Amino acid sequence: MTPPTTLPLTVNGTPAELPAGSTVAVLVAERSGGHDQVAVARNGDVVPRSSWTTTELAAGDVLEVLTPTAGG
Amino acid sequence: MTTPELTADAAPALAREEAADPFTLAGETFTSRLVLGTGGLPSMESLERVVRASGTQLVTVALRRVEAVAGNSMMQVLDRCGVRLLPNTAGCRTAREAVLTARLGREAFGTDWVKLEVIGDEQTLLPDAVELLDAAEQLVAEGFTVLPYTTDDPVLGRRLADAGCAAVMPLGSPIGSGLGIRNPHNIALLREAVPVPVVLDAGIGTASDAALAMELGCDAVLLASAVTRARDPERMALAMRHAVEGGRLARGAGRIPRRWYAQESTAMQGRPEL
Repeated sequence: MTPPTTLPLTVNGTPAELPAGSTVAVLVAERSGGHDQVAVARNGDVVPRSSWTTTELAAGDVLEVLTPTAGG
Repeated sequence: MTTPELTADAAPALAREEAADPFTLAGETFTSRLVLGTGGLPSMESLERVVRASGTQLVTVALRRVEAVAGNSMMQVLDRCGVRLLPNTAGCRTAREAVLTARLGREAFGTDWVKLEVIGDEQTLLPDAVELLDAAEQLVAEGFTVLPYTTDDPVLGRRLADAGCAAVMPLGSPIGSGLGIRNPHNIALLREAVPVPVVLDAGIGTASDAALAMELGCDAVLLASAVTRARDPERMALAMRHAVEGGRLARGAGRIPRRWYAQESTAMQGRPEL
């Protein structure tokens, strides 16, 4: 059986796909939209910036890509 | 309306008083006792003017999904203003959510300070005491400097302080309501009950509310809507700055007792018979 070529994910509440083998760093590059400061949660845990390039995404991962905004 | 003459330091005497009476929070010293929330302003230019007029040195910020945020400009403005950042956990409903949001805030903002908010009711946005204390205990154990938004209950305040929170931040009334301090007696009791700073957080509507908070013994005031949703946010920011200073000075000066009847302020001795 050939391994799947894409990963089904949920990113910021909506279904998304990335190539198999993608890391958190790939996700951030795709999603950060020019924001310098980004924090990532994967399945309810923080992925520290230092681990972005080594953390591979898995099928079904639920991810949040967040950035600073104004707030009370 | 822009009023540049008001944004300059309009009160050097107050500035000297500020410098002589610093506010210490978790080992950090601030000369301003006004903490400003950043939500609700129409533009980043407006944010900068408001931050500068308020004299604040500590502002709350939040995290949201990248698609919902326009750009980096807020962080550039706050960096230029030289203020310290206090990430919040606004919108969290459970201890689990709040703890994760605090960890994400630490990652994004590079600070372990957190304004801990755990909301228990959609309509009033009142804190959920049980979840709040749970989250506070977890975050203190993880090394966070925890500043919890809480009810004005002195017993809960003491529990939060006992849990290791760096301050206790009671509401005056619900967030954004502008109803002022509904139970001044509880705020004064809470001030007596805890050894950590008390920051009046939420409900401030206008300058007199902020002054009252300080007169009741609060160490600082945190407000957002009262400034950001005022008709002239910059002018209101300056008003809040002076209100906090005035209230602090009045607290230290010692107010006169309330009397049922008048007491003349001009001596009766030497009064002419006319």
